[in-house]
Amino acid sequence: MNKIKVTMYFRANELTMPLTYHLVKDYDLKLNILHADISLNKVGKLVVDITGTDENIKEGLDFVKQKGVEYKIFNKSIIWKEGECVHCGACTAVCPSGALAMDKDTWELTFYRDKCLVCGLCVKACPLKVMTLADNGNGS
Amino acid sequence: MGYKSFDEINEKIKKGKAVVVTAEEVINITKEKGVKKAAEEIDVVTTGTFGPMCSSGVFINFGHSEPPIKMNRIWLNDVPAYAGIAAVDAYLGATEMSDSKGMEYGGAHVIEDLVSDRDIRLYAESYGTDCYPRKEISTIINRNNVNQIYMYNPRNAYQNYPAATNMSDRIIYTYMGTLLPKGANITYSTSGELSPLLNDPEYRTIGIGTRVFIGGTQGYVAWEGTQHNPGQKRGENKVPVSLAGTLALVGDLRGMNQRFVRAAVYEKYGVSLFVGIGIPIPILDEDILIKTAIKNSDIYTDIFDKSGNEGVVGKVSYEQLRSGFVEMNGRKIPTAPLSSLKTAREIAGILKQQIERGEFLISQPVQTLPMNNNINKLDVRP
Repeated sequence: MNKIKVTMYFRANELTMPLTYHLVKDYDLKLNILHADISLNKVGKLVVDITGTDENIKEGLDFVKQKGVEYKIFNKSIIWKEGECVHCGACTAVCPSGALAMDKDTWELTFYRDKCLVCGLCVKACPLKVMTLADNGNGS
Repeated sequence: MGYKSFDEINEKIKKGKAVVVTAEEVINITKEKGVKKAAEEIDVVTTGTFGPMCSSGVFINFGHSEPPIKMNRIWLNDVPAYAGIAAVDAYLGATEMSDSKGMEYGGAHVIEDLVSDRDIRLYAESYGTDCYPRKEISTIINRNNVNQIYMYNPRNAYQNYPAATNMSDRIIYTYMGTLLPKGANITYSTSGELSPLLNDPEYRTIGIGTRVFIGGTQGYVAWEGTQHNPGQKRGENKVPVSLAGTLALVGDLRGMNQRFVRAAVYEKYGVSLFVGIGIPIPILDEDILIKTAIKNSDIYTDIFDKSGNEGVVGKVSYEQLRSGFVEMNGRKIPTAPLSSLKTAREIAGILKQQIERGEFLISQPVQTLPMNNNINKLDVRP
């Protein structure tokens, strides 16, 4: 089993087919929708975690492409150098998905990696420069 | 209750018998025991804050070289320092930027490096004089081999600071962090009910000469801070409702700890320095205790539009800011802190421990801070 994070881009008239249904039903993929911004007659965006076998993921993505939906696999991730963090919270001001949030008891920063959209806003917003964008190959 | 004096409290501290609590702990203790009993029992309340404070820096006396130099331009790791004082005296400000790296590395980074015992490249130039013939020097310094090095911060520990938002249509980058368009987020910088000057709103015990925790060591209040504005409007509890008092602080850099002195860079704004500050408040009488028992729900501040368009766009309590959301015009706007409450608590806790162990004595101000000066604006004249 493998898990990847993908952004799919829908053209304004591509909402007629239940794409996620087919990915689940026909390719046995587990989808976790992290972010969705889709409305009628507008270019839409869907960010999902996809879990499945390598083969099913590949075939599922081929199907997506075949249906004319562009996609991009996340090949980067955010690395938090926790030991150098002062837990000020400046990054939480810009994090769009709530992946970075303050614990309301300890007032420590918590990083929910599953929710991270790898948008990179926290990298610039962190005054201590403890957030970095790294290639997945180079490891976390 | 009987009035306690600074000396009486210090006698208890020296004997290891002082009752010390933090400015968060005092809230419940006062609620449970009542003002009278709590004021009798508690000797000292400790405060803490750890946020970005731009108006910070260090004075260095490098010591004289052989042959000597009257340094008139100075760089430390390529960051310019002010040299317009005596021959080998300099002031390095936290927000100064590197000539080669810009805002990626600034005075604050040099200061953090010095506190971390790292070596720093000193380069200085001079025009040469009869008594100071050397015209150039390049050498390595650190906090141990210079003659003297101490932090002198013209403005720290702001008493109340407005929260920030951005009502414009574009993202803006400020010293209050990254502010999203159309009022989509609010940032705030305070330790609130734990903050030094919010616990002594009328400066009854914090004044010139007050011994403080600064950057991990013991330092002092040197003067009122720049932009000290005690005339700010105050609530019934005497707590200012926006920008008010400030402190100028001084402390020996050699005793400081990197945990409490950290360089910061705000995107497209510049460099600043997180400074850890803790101030003990002796409970001399009931009024002082009542003031230290203040809660976030009793402290209000402005929400300020940092795009410069709309000025003050709201009023909010620190409790609301801490809740994570503020209601504005029927919308729930997410809030984010910029100063570390976690570290502020740690500082108040360390200070509490030091006083309990008799390692930190309180001091009576030699002069109280002014209570009624106001801020002058800078006129622009032709």
